[in-house]
This record gives sequence, structure tokens and C-alpha cells, in this order.
Amino acid sequence: MGEKILMKGAEVIAEAAIRAGCMAFFGYPITPQNETPEYFSRRMPQLGRVFLQAESEVAAINMVYGAACTGTRVITTSSSPGISLMQEGFSYIANSNVPCVVVNAMRGGPGLGDIAPAQADYFQATKGGGHGDYHSIVIAPHTIQEEADLMFDAFDLADKYRIMVVVLVDGLMGQMMEPVEFKDWVDVKKFKTPEWATVGQGDRDHRNIITSLSILAEGLEKMNLHLQEKYRKIKENEVRYEEYKMDDAEYAVTAFGTVARISKTTVDMARKKGIKLGLIRPITLWPFPTEIINKRAEQLKFFLDSEMNEGQMLEDVKLAVNGKKPVYFFGKLGGVVPTAEDILKEVEKHIEGGK
Amino acid sequence: MKIIYKKPEPITKTHTTYCPGCPHGIAHRLVAELLEEMNLTKKAVIVWPVGCSVFGYYFIGTDAVEAAHGRACAMATGIKRVHPESFVISYQGDGDLASIGIAETVHAAARGERISVVYINNGNYGMTGGQMAPTTLLGQRTTTTPYGRDAKLNGFPLHVPEMLAAIDGPAYIARAALDSPQHIIQAKKFLKKAFTAQTKDLGFSLVEMISACPTNWKLSPVEAMERIRREVLPVFPIGEFKVAKGVE
Amino acid sequence: MEKKLVIAGFGGQGVMLAGELLAEAGKEEEKYVTFLPSYGPEMRGGTANCHVIVSDNPIASPIIANPEAAIIMNLPSLDKFEPLMEEDGILILNKTLIPKEVQRKDVRVLSIDALTIAKELGNEKVTNLILLGAYVTVEKTVSLETVKNALKVFLTGKKEKLIPINEKALDKGAEIAKEFLGEK
Repeated sequence: MGEKILMKGAEVIAEAAIRAGCMAFFGYPITPQNETPEYFSRRMPQLGRVFLQAESEVAAINMVYGAACTGTRVITTSSSPGISLMQEGFSYIANSNVPCVVVNAMRGGPGLGDIAPAQADYFQATKGGGHGDYHSIVIAPHTIQEEADLMFDAFDLADKYRIMVVVLVDGLMGQMMEPVEFKDWVDVKKFKTPEWATVGQGDRDHRNIITSLSILAEGLEKMNLHLQEKYRKIKENEVRYEEYKMDDAEYAVTAFGTVARISKTTVDMARKKGIKLGLIRPITLWPFPTEIINKRAEQLKFFLDSEMNEGQMLEDVKLAVNGKKPVYFFGKLGGVVPTAEDILKEVEKHIEGGK
Repeated sequence: MKIIYKKPEPITKTHTTYCPGCPHGIAHRLVAELLEEMNLTKKAVIVWPVGCSVFGYYFIGTDAVEAAHGRACAMATGIKRVHPESFVISYQGDGDLASIGIAETVHAAARGERISVVYINNGNYGMTGGQMAPTTLLGQRTTTTPYGRDAKLNGFPLHVPEMLAAIDGPAYIARAALDSPQHIIQAKKFLKKAFTAQTKDLGFSLVEMISACPTNWKLSPVEAMERIRREVLPVFPIGEFKVAKGVE
Repeated sequence: MEKKLVIAGFGGQGVMLAGELLAEAGKEEEKYVTFLPSYGPEMRGGTANCHVIVSDNPIASPIIANPEAAIIMNLPSLDKFEPLMEEDGILILNKTLIPKEVQRKDVRVLSIDALTIAKELGNEKVTNLILLGAYVTVEKTVSLETVKNALKVFLTGKKEKLIPINEKALDKGAEIAKEFLGEK
């Protein structure tokens, strides 16, 4: 760890990725995250690494796919409409079992939407998004410091499971500044080309083929079973969440990313008023922290799920609670960011309604 | 016993899935012969397309990846940029390269990506059953131009090498044909220059190979080759469209 | 201690720079800091604002719904933020561009003819720092000296020569604030 630097979230993503050993960036400009590729474009050539501005998001994700097939740490960053264009590539990457990191700085949708912060791509990120039965690991930092730390984990997880890792942030986190301290540089000289990589057969006694294709249904079923087995391991080992003032809580907010951060203020405000409110914040959105939410349902009177969308994570919270307690929802749409006061008002409304 | 004929080393023992009379096998052989002759087999990564040659990696035994439809040039770019030591070939058909993947093709060429593209033009979408391709000739009947390709409705055939030759990035651009021994020998010469453009780090290279689709054209293999000479080559002439210094 | 400040004005008035400067100063004093800008089409020419929080403890929400302090550099920004102010909050106004009285009686108002003073100092672009100097003097979020030190982070290269006039602007704002506080 070094000294603290005041940096914009969008630039922190790039610097953290670089320190984590990211060797290549491919991407296409889109607001509100242009500072990320711009930062890469300055730093990567200085380090002898690859920066390439692609002709489209479609091309960018397929360049990532190609680079990932060589076992190189590679990233693309974009925002909602650009991420939509990449979905086909995500699906191929999933069934090819190659590692990469994708950052989505979500903005308001659908369609061209706006460039304000949103969380409306939760379904797209956690439920697949492209075609076929697949998942990506989805991590959602809630502060700039956490964003800096999790970029390292994103690359490690991608390599560990040969999977795509999505870092889900929003325009607000991209634009805000906060002092950050970066972890130590990963020594890229220690990187070795993995045995499965397609870089030319060389001295290997066999050749490598990376494909998402198996024309025989039984073969494709096998590939799918392999994926499902991998997902089972990830669910077992990689669930992350944070609990905030949950020990004695009677009510809980569930939220991720920016809204989770805002909700911490809500919790503090509620506590001052004597309301025993806590927060459960999923850090991995997939795999989802189902168990802890189910366990906490025992002690709580209700959950209030809050998101900058129409209730997407809400479905996973409800599945986790499994009918044990009411799960209410409060959301803002189209790029409007809720305040801590807004969320508290909702909590109080439901406490009142329960009396 | 003296060997007078053998398969090139990179060709596998797997039987191809191509229809009788399909020139993909010829194109594969040319690629394989050159990989062997130029000592590139162990460095090669071939990006295979979506189309009839989707299973190409079963037939040419190098490291290989299977691209999404149209994205082979982008995927090849990704591999080559992070691993310049690899010899990267993108093998694509006309629907893949000239229709859904034209943006990736043009921009890989414009960037002068150090990749070599083998571009098979058989004037239709073979794998999906013979629909109109961007290269379908005017008047040609396909399953989606049952009355013949009408310029007013469907526009005109796309001349990829001529287009790409107008860009500064490519080092070598040519069109060959696979219809006759003479043309095949010439095709190999062109392809060798394309590979050389990459090994000498000169820029993007592409060789279009005019091919046949006897099955969907509903012609015998021999008639299909005759059709190439009679109808296709007048529209898609053989030739070198761009030859950078040092390619020879 | 947790101090929350909104700075608002036209794009081009140095709203963001003033906010980043305060954030940098907060960081230098080893406090927790967040800087949240408004962004997008309104970045140039339209209204711009930023939220800065400086705190001894980790900061939860970076959004300020009801400012306890605001630096207001033009009229549209006063119209927007006056109703949102916390009771007893302080409005620091660029009086030169705000030909209007504050209506609310439950907030404190420090009105400074900042643009005129900046012109007198020789550079109207330091209007923002006159107001920031006044703010840190009234709210004591960070010391004026730390803000001056932080200038070095932003004014580098060709802009380095602008440091003295920016320091003067901060001093001028501080002086006015002291009078306001009755310390002088």
C-alpha cells in the first residue's frame, strides 16, 4: 500500500486494473466512463502494454475474447448501451471458459436513456444477459476505495475460474473523487502463459482449441454440465457481502453499490431516532448472498430493498427471504439517485403501516 | 518405398465435412502447405468463422479458436496484439467477412493489423442453405432471391479487395480463384505473399479466393468450376490489388 | 466533525476546481473526503454543482440533500439551493451576479461582491477562491494554509504562476469572513 491519492472513480478503475496486472485494454468510447479508457490510453503505452480503441463495442469484446484465449489479463470498460452490444461476446466467452474483466458504469436506460447513474443492468449482469445458460461473477463495490481493492480480486477470480468477471458500478461512482490507497503492484514478470492458451502449439505435445461450439447435443450438454459445476464451486466459495449494524436490527435495507452507500447514512439516521435498522449489502451480486439474507429474516420484521431501478435485485432478495417476512421496495428510475432521507422515509412508512 | 505424394503435415486425419466438389478443402490444403513450408505450424493460431468452415480446426491441426459470426478479424486482433509472436490467420467466408463482419474487416485492415485473412467467396451462404450473400451476382437465384438478385432490391455485389486496397493499412490484398490447377497454383503464390506480409511485420493481408458451392448452386462440381470462369471471374477479376514493398 | 458543502454556479466559474481543492486539502489533513460533481450536458455553459464532504469518520452517502453550507455563484443556483438549505445553514453568495435578497430568515447569509473583488485582484477567474477562502474561514473545515498548499496539486506547469493570485484570493475571502464573524 502506498500514499492516498485523490482520484476520480473512473480513473481509479484503470489504475487499479493496471496495478493488478492487466496487460491489455480494448474498448469504445461511451459516457459516463470515458475517463477510464483515456487513462488506459496514457498509461498502457508507458508500460509497454496494449491499449486499443476498437471500432465498436462489438469488436471490442471480441478483441477481449481473442486476448483472453491467450491467457492474458485483459479488460474492457463501457456503460449500459455499450454493454448491451457486448452480450453476444459474453456468451461466447462464458462457454469458452476464458478469463476477462468487464466494467459496466451503468447509466439510465432503456434505449439511449441518459448518462445519469443507474442500476438497471442488474438483471443483464447477474442472469446472463447473452444467450444460453451461463453466469459471470458480478461484483459491486460501493466506495472508490473498495473499487480499487476489488479490481485486483476481479482479475484473480477471472483467472482462478477461467470466467468473465463483471465489475458493476454506476456513473456516480465513475465521476466522484475520493482519496484511495492502491494495493501493491502485481509482478507481471511472473505471469506464465497457461497450458490451455491458444498462442501456437510450440513445444506442447498437443494443440489447443478454444470453442463454444459442440454440434452434438450430448457434447454440448457436457460443456454445460462443466459450466454448472464451475458455477456450483463459485457459489460455494465466493459469496461476499457486508452487514452494517445488523446484530440487533429489527429492519434491514438491502442495497448494492451506490445505493448501499447511501443507505448507510439512512441506517445512521434511523439509529439516531431509535429505529433498529441495519443494512445487508451484497458485494457479489452473482453469486448472491442468499443464505445470510434467509438467516436474517428470522430476526427482522421486514426488509426494504432499495435500488436505482424498478426492483431487480428485489427478486433475488425475495427468493432468499422465501416468504418468511415482507420485502418492500423503494426505487428511483431513469438516473435519479435516492437520498438517505428518501429511503428513511420509506422505512418509517412501513414501520407505521405495520403497527 | 519412395513417397511421391503426401498430405501436408498440418492437415489432420479427420475427414472433412464439406460437400463433394467444395473447394474449402483446396483452400485448407494451400494454408497447410504454406504453414509447413514457411515453418509456421507451431506458431499458428487460426481463427475459424461461423459458416461452412466452422469446424476447420478439425481439419488443420494448429492451435485454434472459434469466433462469433463476423468477429474473426476482431478476435484475431486481440490475439495478435497481446501475443505478437503468434502467427494469426483469420479464415472466413463471404457472409461472415463481407456482411455481418464487414466493420471488423475494414477496421482491422485500416489499423494494419498483422494478421492474414483467407477470404472464401462462394457467392452465397452455404451452411444455412444457400441464401443471398453480399457477393451474390446480379440475377443469381438463391433461396432468398428466388427471382434472381435484383440490384434495385438487393444492391450490388461487394468487391472486398478493391475496397480494402483503397485503405492505407493493408500490406497485401489480392483475389485468386480455386477453379483450375493454374489458378490454384497462383492462389498459393498470393497466399504466400499474404503470410509474408505478416512474418515481415508489414501490415494487414487478405486473399480472396473465388470458390464454388456446387450443392447450393445445384450444379455438378465440374459445372460449378465452369460457372466460376464463365460468370464469376468477369465480375470478380483475379489480381493483386495492393502489394507493399517487401512482400515479394 | 463532518462538514458538507455544495458549490454551485455556471460551468466555467471554477465550481469543480474549488470543490476538488477543498477535497484535496481535506485529504492532506488526513480526513475522509468525498467529491461528487454533477456532470453531463450541463458541464459547459449550464449550471454545475458539486458536493464535498470532509469528515473525521468514514463517509456513507456522498450526496448532500440538504446543505449546511453552500457557495452560490449565480442566480439560478440560489433559486435551486435556497429552499434545500438546512436550518441555520450558511449561504456564501457571489453578490456580483446575484441581484436578489435571500428570502429565508432561518439561514445565515454571507454575501460577497466576489467577482468585483476578483477583477480588482486582476483575474476574474479567482472569484471561486475568494468564496472558498470565506467558506473555510467560517466553517473551519480545513485550514486556509492547507488549501493554499493544495493549489500546487492543481496549478502545475504553465498554471503554476497563477498560485500567488489564487492565494491572494483565498486571503481576501478569509478576511471578509473574519469581519462577518466579528473577529476583526
